[in-house]
Order: sequence, then C-alpha cells, then structure tokens
Amino acid sequence: MTESANPGAAGLNVDATTLLGGGSLGRQAIVTGIAIVLGLLIGAVLIVLSGVIGPAQSFDPTLPIAGYAALLEGALGGPKAIANTLNSATPLIFTGLSVAFGFRAGLFNIGANGQLLVGGFCAAIVGTSVALPFPLAAIVAILAGGLGGALWGFIPGALKAWRGAHEVVTTIMLNSIAFLLLNLLASSIFKDQGATFPRTPDVLPGSVLPIILVNTRLHAGILIALATTFVVWFLLFKTTLGFEIRTVGANASAARYAGMRPAFITILTMSLAGALAGLGGTVEILGITKNYPAEYIVNFGFDGIAVALLGRAHPFGVVGAALLFGVMRAGAGAMQRATDIPVDIISIVQAVILLFVAAQIIIQQLLPAARPKGPVEPSAAAA
Amino acid sequence: MTAATSSVAVLRRDARLVWIGVAIGLIVLALAALLLDVPYLGSFVDWLINRVPPLSYLIVQYAVPIAFGALCGVMCERSGVTNIGIEGMILTSAFVAFLTGAYLHTVVGAPLAAIIGIGTAIVAAMLLSTLHAWLSITIKADQIISGTVINILALGGTAFFNQLLVSTTRLSGTNTLPRLDVPNELAAVPFIGPIIDALLNQGPIAMSLIVLVVFLQIMLFRSRWGLRTRAVGEHPKAADTVGIDVVRTRYRSVILGGVFAGLAGAYLTLEQFNSFQDNMTGGVGFIGLAAMIFGRWTPLGAYGAAILFGAVQSMQLAVRISPPEGDLGGIISAIPPQVFGMLPYVFTIIVLAGVVGRAVPPAADGIPYDKEARG
Repeated sequence: MTESANPGAAGLNVDATTLLGGGSLGRQAIVTGIAIVLGLLIGAVLIVLSGVIGPAQSFDPTLPIAGYAALLEGALGGPKAIANTLNSATPLIFTGLSVAFGFRAGLFNIGANGQLLVGGFCAAIVGTSVALPFPLAAIVAILAGGLGGALWGFIPGALKAWRGAHEVVTTIMLNSIAFLLLNLLASSIFKDQGATFPRTPDVLPGSVLPIILVNTRLHAGILIALATTFVVWFLLFKTTLGFEIRTVGANASAARYAGMRPAFITILTMSLAGALAGLGGTVEILGITKNYPAEYIVNFGFDGIAVALLGRAHPFGVVGAALLFGVMRAGAGAMQRATDIPVDIISIVQAVILLFVAAQIIIQQLLPAARPKGPVEPSAAAA
Repeated sequence: MTAATSSVAVLRRDARLVWIGVAIGLIVLALAALLLDVPYLGSFVDWLINRVPPLSYLIVQYAVPIAFGALCGVMCERSGVTNIGIEGMILTSAFVAFLTGAYLHTVVGAPLAAIIGIGTAIVAAMLLSTLHAWLSITIKADQIISGTVINILALGGTAFFNQLLVSTTRLSGTNTLPRLDVPNELAAVPFIGPIIDALLNQGPIAMSLIVLVVFLQIMLFRSRWGLRTRAVGEHPKAADTVGIDVVRTRYRSVILGGVFAGLAGAYLTLEQFNSFQDNMTGGVGFIGLAAMIFGRWTPLGAYGAAILFGAVQSMQLAVRISPPEGDLGGIISAIPPQVFGMLPYVFTIIVLAGVVGRAVPPAADGIPYDKEARG
C-alpha cells in the first residue's frame, strides 16, 4: 500500500497483479478465451429463454445458433458489415487504451466516458470554426479533442495527487458533470439554430474524417486508433517515462524511494488517459455524427473498462478486445431483426465476460492449465 | 489528562455548540425578517418562504432513492467494501418490483401485490449484493470492476427483459402506494407545519426511510454490532485479533446494504412512479454515492446530504412551476436546469478536495482482507 501523504487516498489503489492476473501469456489467453466462451454460453441460455417468454412463446433450442449466426453475418458478412464493425470498434479502442493506460499506473479511470464527451465536444466546436483545407483542419480538431479530454483527465489526476481525492469517485462525478455541462452548452451558446433537435452545427468539410473504403461508411478513425495504439505501446514499454509509469503502478513507495515522482506521474497518466478517451470522442464526432448532439448518450467509457480488462491492459490486447466487442455491437442489430432477440443481450454477454475475467480465480480452479505455477504471491494491497 | 476532565471538556464543547447553533438560528431568522423589507431581496425571500414549502414534499421525494442508495453505500464502505454497483442494484430492484406488481395486482389485489413487490425488490438487490460480496470478499476480485459488472449487467438485463415482457405486451403496473393524508390543522402550524407535512405526506417506503436512518445511525455508532462493523472497515487485522469474524461481518454488511438498494428500487416503481423505463435510475445510485461522501459515511449525514441534493433538484422544478419575482428572482429563474443538476456532483468534488472540510473514507475501504498477510 502506498504511504500517501493524505488519508483520503488510502485504499482502493489498483493492484496490477490481482487485476491482470499472474501467469504467462498463454495461460492468460486460455483464461480470456474461457471467459468469452462462458459469456456466450450464458447468453445462449438467455436467448432460449427469450424465445419462451417473448412474443414468440416457443421453446427453440436452436435459437442461439440462429441468433449468433445472424450476429456474425451482420458483423462480418461483406465489406459494409466489416466497415461497421471496425467503426464500432474504433471508439472502444480509444476508451480501452485510456482505461488500460490508467491501470498501468495503478489508477482506475472510470471517467473515460466524461473525457470522451469533452473531447468530442471540443473537436465538434473547433471543427465548425476552423476553415482550413482537409488535413489541416482535421488535425487541429483532433488536437483540440485530445486536449479537451486531457483537461477532463487532468482534474481527477490533480485532485488525487494534490488533495488525495480518490480518482474513482471524482471521475464518476465528473462523468455526470461533463454530460450536463455539454448538454447545456450544446443547447444554448453553441446550438445550431437550424437544427430540429438541440445540437452543435455540423463540422466544416475540412474536419470530416474521410471514408477510406469505397461504398462503405468506414472512416479514417480506425487508422488513427491503430496508430495511437502503437504510440501507447511504445510509450509504455520502450521509454523511460513508460517504465516510470509502470513502476509507480506496481509499487508507488518503491518508485518514490527510487527517485521517481508518483504525484507527477499520477497527474500525467490521468491527463494522457483523458486525452486517449477524448480522441475516441473526437473520431466518433468527426467520422460519424459530424456534430455534438445535446443528448449525446454513449457508454463507450464503461465498455472501455471491459475492453481494457479483457485485453489485459496491454495496448495490442485492447485492440483485440475492442474488435470482439465491435463485432457484437455491429451485429446485434442484424440479430434482432432476424430473430427478435433484444440487442441488450450483448450487454449481458459483455458483463458476464467481464465478470469471469475479473474473477479469473474461478476459471483457474476449474482448469489446471490456466493455473499460475508456484504459490500465489501475497497481495500487495493488504495493509 | 484524565478521562474525567476530558469528558467535562467535551460536555462544555457540546454546550457551546448548542449556544452557537441557537445564535445562528436567531441571526438567520432576524436576517430573513430584515430581508423581507429589502426591495431587491425581499420578493425572493418571500418566494422562498411562501411558495417553496408546498413543494417541500417534492424535496423529500427526490431525496428518498438518493438516501437509500447512500445507506447502501454507508453499510458497505463502513465495513471496508467499496460499492459502485448501487446504481445497478437500484435499477434491477426497480424492475423486479414493477414486474411483481404488474403480474400480481390482478391476482391478489394492488396492496398485497405492492407489498410482495417490495419483498421481491429487496431479494433481487440482496442477490446482487451477495454477488458483489462474494466477488470482493471471497474471490478478492477488484471491487470497482465488480461494481461495474453489476451496473452493466443491470442496465443490459433490465432492458432485455423490459423489451421482452413489458414493451411488447404493454404490461401495466399496479397502482402506486398511497400517501398519508396529513390533517390540515397539523399542516397549518406555522414554521414546522410545512416540514411535518412534507415528511409525513409520503408513502410507506419514504416514511420508513426516516426511521431506518435514525435506527442505523444509533446502531452503527452506539451498539456493539456497529462497533464491530466499523472495526472491520477501519482495521480488519485488529478486529480479527480480538475475535471478530471479518469475512462474516463484511458479508452481512454488504448484504444488508442490498436491502436498502432494494427499497430504493421499490420506491421508484411502486411509490414514486407507476412504470418502468430503461435506465430510469439515471444516475441516482451515483448521487447516492455522492450523498454518502458528503454525509461523511454516516446515515444521518447521508440523509441530510440527500435532502440537500433533493432541494437543489426540486428548486429547479419550483422555479419552473412558479417563477420567483423581482431582480434576484429573475436571476434565479435564468439559471439553466443543467446547473441545478450539476450541483450535487460539484459539491461532492469540493468536499473530496478538502476545500470545505474533508471527507475521509474508512481506512480499510476497498482493501480485501488477507488473513495471512503481514501488517
């Protein structure tokens, strides 16, 4: 446990070893795979149940197969479907990276949703006012989005480092504040007077992310997401700063004795995590909606927690997990149209997967191959 | 210093506090009377005194689910388990209560259906809190993630079954639980009349809240049970050493917390509204968390914070229904509703940042207990 200068900061720090699980990459992959299979199995049970209690009123044990087939067809059948899947995965890559980045420094960024909103709003506003040709205006808008998110991440980082306020609680509060504040701004000062519902004006053509696959809606956001993933990986694992971040996350006291600066790292990490989430909102606004609607209700930030955990807080793992969730999100609509299974089954499956990843000890006990060798290290969090 | 002298000092301090309280009260009353004559403020104070009291029952109404959510948080965190899944627990139990009422009121009649609905809501929330307890205490999984799982599961699960069972069949709920009629003579008493009216002109769940708050406050801070509960939240190792079963105490507290979350849910669909909408809690569990912090992890404090947050929310409604007059009234009316919505969260951040007072959580909050660990 860190010896914080402040009692308010005691407890609750993310313990990377319990969170991410011990063991080799292979064992982690087994645990993750089993969690996904269990999630889909429990989803299948609910799908059968939905046939019985739903309007159809029939017991159909093959309904899960039909449902999942429709989901896969809707997500991967043809270029248009794949484009939608990649578009769905894009914001999740960003929020997943944001949460994973926080995990690495021992911080739990539950505020990715708010940071995403602020980033998206800033990008929308800058995108409507900067009249430059295409790449320049888009770059300025993207930078604005990243900065907006960074600001919303800086606040909980500074509150934690300087005042000892726990980031989980402050980011929960900041999520709600962000939504209400932007709801107010988008329906008053920045409102598009011609629009039928309160929203900001459409961004200028120079800021819109271009379509990168003809006849689909695939926008350049996925490329930005993949490039960002590489940058985050490089920063975390190939630079001194990344080493410092991971050391503070592993043991803040040891890091302090080694001459590192936990307070500075906390603020920096939360700001960068905020920037990553803000970029997620930015590509979503510049690529999909083109404006910021006052009632912009999204759950990317909370899905990002699941993505980060499923991806073991590793940037490349995050991309894989985001793609999996992207498949589910993009295919859910087609599944509902084909089989009347409500799209919300996806959220249940995701929650169950997250449950089994968080409680991986259950899987480890069921399966000897997934068990880490040797005695389990005593938890660093026990005070 | 001996124990005797220190307790005398405490008594003296208590007496001084009472006098300070009385003095502040008198000054406020005098100021209010004076302000009524000030042209600029007068009409606003007049509005506050004469128009807002009829709306004060709304304040209590807004406060009920927040306060129950906060009580859930108090029980969990006092015993050392963080719970951010309160929102999901409330949403689930609201849905279960609605379903129970909707299916049973044609069979057993509305009053009995509502009572059974309260029961099923509590059971549903207790099941979820047992899951949370098992994940956080036995499995020692990360408690924030456990709470997140419950929130996602509740949001998706209630929407899933809502679409299957309610939206497609147009299932309608049972009647809302009736409110107590307060005699006019009692409500007409100056000053305290409106307050009594606001507190008592409520349904059974809202009224049970006040009793539960006081009871829990006394139990937590004046009973052996409360001392043990707080001990495992502050220093589980020490509690274990003197023979308190840390794991059992934590389980009990978290599951008891679930009872309160269940009551919050039942209140929403059986007493306040007669219907269920997807994500109808809309963050009330998180405001409850804020009220818990604002109230310094005590039941009475949390209730006070819930009333304050409820007042802020109904202020927004009061301004819309009967706008205050005068210059200051105009300014108040011009404040956008979102600002009122933001205030509870802003207050909580200010308190957490220690700008005004400081909120310090129980020392072992969020840390799984490891019997073998040194420390």
